[in-house]
Amino acid sequence: MRIAREFLRRPTAVFGLIVVLLVVIGALAAPLIAPYAPDEQLFDGLTLEGAPIGPDAAFLLGTDTLGRDLLTRLLFGARTSLIIGVVANGTAVAIGLGVGMLAGYLRGPAGNALMRFTDLMMAFPALLLAIVLAALFHPSLWIVAMVIAMVNWVQVARIVYTETRGLVERDFILAERSLGAGHGRIVFRHVLPHLMPTAIVWGTLGIATTVLLEATLSFLGVGVQPPEPSWGNIIFESQSFFTSAPWLVIFPGIAILLTALSFNLVGDALRDILDPTQRGRM
Amino acid sequence: MIELILRRLGGALMILFGVAAITFMLLYALPADPAVQLAGRSATAQTVANIRHELGLDQPLLLQFVHYLGNLVQGDLGRSYTQKTEVMTLILARLPATLILMVSGILVEVAIGLTLGTIAALNRGGFVDRLVMTVSFIGVSAPQFVVALLLLYVFAATLQWFPMSGFGTFSHVVLPALTLGVLGAGWYARMVRSAMIDVLNQDYVRTARAKGVAERAVILRHAVPNALLPIVAMIGIDIGQFMGGVVVVEAVYGWPGIGQLAWQAIQQVDIPIIMGVTLISSLAIVIGNLIADLVAPLIDPRIRPR
Repeated sequence: MRIAREFLRRPTAVFGLIVVLLVVIGALAAPLIAPYAPDEQLFDGLTLEGAPIGPDAAFLLGTDTLGRDLLTRLLFGARTSLIIGVVANGTAVAIGLGVGMLAGYLRGPAGNALMRFTDLMMAFPALLLAIVLAALFHPSLWIVAMVIAMVNWVQVARIVYTETRGLVERDFILAERSLGAGHGRIVFRHVLPHLMPTAIVWGTLGIATTVLLEATLSFLGVGVQPPEPSWGNIIFESQSFFTSAPWLVIFPGIAILLTALSFNLVGDALRDILDPTQRGRM
Repeated sequence: MIELILRRLGGALMILFGVAAITFMLLYALPADPAVQLAGRSATAQTVANIRHELGLDQPLLLQFVHYLGNLVQGDLGRSYTQKTEVMTLILARLPATLILMVSGILVEVAIGLTLGTIAALNRGGFVDRLVMTVSFIGVSAPQFVVALLLLYVFAATLQWFPMSGFGTFSHVVLPALTLGVLGAGWYARMVRSAMIDVLNQDYVRTARAKGVAERAVILRHAVPNALLPIVAMIGIDIGQFMGGVVVVEAVYGWPGIGQLAWQAIQQVDIPIIMGVTLISSLAIVIGNLIADLVAPLIDPRIRPR
């Protein structure tokens, strides 16, 4: 209740939440509310010279270079972004939680080895690695999601590690241990619940990063492959026309920006509310 | 201090070795076959086998890796499959362009971030603060390639103030540097703001004010220098990020740096170049982190090791 009340007091957070909900509804209801079919190359979707049509009454956001309705493709593209956002980031947070918690709880040589591995992953150029992996596999939705997860878990692991290190020193864990609780009970009943705020915050903030990364990979042509629509590959397909048909860059760009921004706003508010020590910081 | 530096250098070398090993395994485990790619579509199995033998790809993986490491220690990154040139030569030829882009991008970032962050901290909780924080959030949420394309559309295609793409004069660097800098400035602004708020609550700032030091001097002489520490750490981290992240900006602006080299190599499955650029980028990340760690004690005596 307190969390909901504090959340609703922040106009930017409420704005973020509304946009997130709109994107989710748009993605789920895409087949119902989209004016056309996503792959349909409409007979009147191109001018007589074969150029895409700007926003008008028939095509609210215009058409793309193949005469497909842009609004329809954006709605279906939202599905791609959200699926990858949730799957890739969920996987990243799960791996990060597992590795960070294990390393922080075990400490000693095993914990150290895990953290050295995390340091090693931090030294990888993330975007370059993602591009290489995505390009050299045959890119598909799931490959892209896994590539992003492989790149993004590291940060979560570091934060979880630091928090777990602090937690296992606390008296209630010591008490539990002296009462004879096993490792499994301590980790799952006592450590994990304390890490949930971090998991929730990163589960939200990370979606913004993931949406941006997916769009970037698709823009470079190594992400989600056309004709399956993604906000990034819509821009990829039309970038050579962007001076004559700027709406093909602007509208998908706004979709990416608004979605990433909203997840950031919601995640930032959650961090402030769930972790008072971080209030007013980053 | 010397011991600290040596220990960090040792750690950095270990990390680079690890990066080399993992990248090597990954690139060879991937389904894309460079020999097939090089031979072309109409090649016979014999041609492919010949190319594979020529490149040494028919040897056991571990042997290939040991061979690669042996060359690496001597500063030899191998030869490009497609360009038949030393990878090191190719990278060194492209490096200056990327460095120019990196330095100008970081300059833009720091200038905007420092100004906005300071203004926000001084108006903490007020309208200006909230405005700056919102704008900086938009900055960190904006997709780089969209901003790059829009800047091109407005300032190059429509207003024709700057060239569409290329390299060579000052006007070529403006749009790419703005793309990198405007977006990155959001992080700097947030970082500076929180550091400034911390500093402004410190006793020595209160002392300075109590002594009757002018507010302007309190901020410029006492607060800003102390808030610089996180900026230095951030620049260090940024150096690494830039090296691995310039692929997009270089692709949009046709900037002839290592990002473009990597991008071409990826499309041609030119593994030695991909390896080389990854290693150079990792080296940049490691060096950036080292700078952040080693420069911090110089700026802030409190964290100097005894």
